[in-house]
Amino acid sequence: MSNTMKTLAVAGAVAAALVGHATTASAQAKEKCYGVSLAGKNDCAAGPGTTCAGTSTVDYQGNAWKLVDAGTCVSMEKEGGRMGSLEPLDRDLPKS
Amino acid sequence: MSVTQDDFRAALLDAAAPVPAGLTDGAGAPAGRRYNVYRNNVAVSLREALHEGFPTIAKLLGAQNMDGLAGIFLRRHPPSSPLMMLYGEAFPDFLAGMPQLAHLGYLADVARLDLAMRQSYHAADADPIDPADLAALPPERLVETRLTLAPALRLIRSAWPIHAIWRFNTEEGAPRPEPGAQDVVILRPGFDPEPHLLPPGGADVIAALHQGHSLGAALDAATGRVPDFDLTPTLALLLQGGAIIALT
Amino acid sequence: MLDATPRQDRLPDAPGIGYKPQHFSEILEDSGAVRWLEIHAENYMGDGGRPLTQLRALSERFAISVHGVGLSIGGEGRLDPDHLGRLKRLVGWLNPVSFSEHLAWSTHGAEFLNDLLPLPYTDATLARVADHIDEVQEALGRRMLLENPSSYLAFTESTWSETDFLAELTRRTGCGLLLDVNNVFVSATNLGYSPQGYIEAYPLGAVGEIHLGGHDADTDDHGAPLLIDSHGREVADPVWALLDHALARSGPKPILIEWDNDVPDWPVLRAEAARARDALARIAA
Repeated sequence: MSNTMKTLAVAGAVAAALVGHATTASAQAKEKCYGVSLAGKNDCAAGPGTTCAGTSTVDYQGNAWKLVDAGTCVSMEKEGGRMGSLEPLDRDLPKS
Repeated sequence: MSVTQDDFRAALLDAAAPVPAGLTDGAGAPAGRRYNVYRNNVAVSLREALHEGFPTIAKLLGAQNMDGLAGIFLRRHPPSSPLMMLYGEAFPDFLAGMPQLAHLGYLADVARLDLAMRQSYHAADADPIDPADLAALPPERLVETRLTLAPALRLIRSAWPIHAIWRFNTEEGAPRPEPGAQDVVILRPGFDPEPHLLPPGGADVIAALHQGHSLGAALDAATGRVPDFDLTPTLALLLQGGAIIALT
Repeated sequence: MLDATPRQDRLPDAPGIGYKPQHFSEILEDSGAVRWLEIHAENYMGDGGRPLTQLRALSERFAISVHGVGLSIGGEGRLDPDHLGRLKRLVGWLNPVSFSEHLAWSTHGAEFLNDLLPLPYTDATLARVADHIDEVQEALGRRMLLENPSSYLAFTESTWSETDFLAELTRRTGCGLLLDVNNVFVSATNLGYSPQGYIEAYPLGAVGEIHLGGHDADTDDHGAPLLIDSHGREVADPVWALLDHALARSGPKPILIEWDNDVPDWPVLRAEAARARDALARIAA
């Protein structure tokens, strides 16, 4: 791409992105002030906190573990028909 | 008979190790299973932390598998910091190295997504630019402009459909994932991080901007791999997600 | 806010609650008897986002107590300078009314074990813990409170009683104490001593805060009761009775309800706080 073409492409993309932005930006302003989570989201990304309490739950774990059929990966892989198995697309990925 | 913290630690995560001598029930009898309270506290609290910190993995594998994996992981990789919110950085690579999970190749990248969501949640706040500042720049300046991205932004590139997998496991009625590569950018316009699917080439733009390259150079990075790449949707996403915090 | 509680240099002699983010809105709308809040220091050491914004908002309305769970004051190694730095930063911007930590260890070398692990009460432990408390108080530029632990076992090497050990720490360092009445009940039951006797031997003059929490019941190898400090249910009746025993000797104190596992809805916590307020009212009468 020539430098002129690139300059125009960037300017055009910025202009188009700004047009789209004007219509959606106002809706997002109100969440910011106090930090109450939006309904349904409820801090799902907060992750674990600390504890100063003990537990009466017993940990039987040694170092052996065997995969059992459970969880949604089973239904993702097996019931889909069209899915077969999730294969990675053979694409050259830059190392991040 | 003194019990050092080395002694105490040695038996803590190894149920087969004998309880250190020198610990009693208060009346002189050996502590026995009283010591297990500490074993349980450590192992169960870390196991629960991994369940909480990797919700999509916990859902994909189910609680029983997650318990087993967490039990192994927490013994190999106990936390290195009292900030439990960040625990599990080594978990994606750990999953990738488990032979029993080799047929579920996407797990490590989905774990990276869970981890990045958490990191984004706790990242520093930053006010986005006024879009008018961008609009005010003439085309010759725009192409040379560098965008500073928000600290809460995270980029995950994957050969797997990780965005579709994430949706399938978090959104009721989301479609079943189809094979394919997906790049995801996590943006946090307020306080809730959201993973967004990027168009092909979008991740190249964001990675280039993040490394301090100009808009023009970022466009080059994308068109090098996606010849008809259009910068508009990626820029719109960054603007809407409040992810551009300075122009230089 | 117009009804903001004026900043004080100590917690009010009133009920407080261990803050959980899911109760943010309800606490601001209907705090009931709750006059102050306690947070775990480590949960507010992120760089930003909702946790810090909420904490800032809450600190405008309530006195805040910062309760550390990760400093490993009883650790054999030196205090983690990075962690002490993070704590200093938090205490610096928040300027909480109180800072407290535990008589316990949790860091071993580069590992953080995420539990409050027990200590033998020896001269060597005393000297080490006193040094660490000095270091913390110096770094923070303020007096700290140290909490008595829940014990599940004893060390044969111990030469001090826990109450004498804590009293000696207050003498050496000038620190205050946090009396966890549930921990007293749990430890006394587990190790077979009188919880009332423990309270009577405790240096109550140094107490700046009281904790109450729920416990679970288990048994040891010989069928003896083994209580676990689980913070996952209401405060047990004998612990409320022990609180009365303590308050009658100490006078009014700030009383915290801790509920960390299976956290209930706000009204349940508010009811526990009301019960603590009633206990304070009884000694005022």
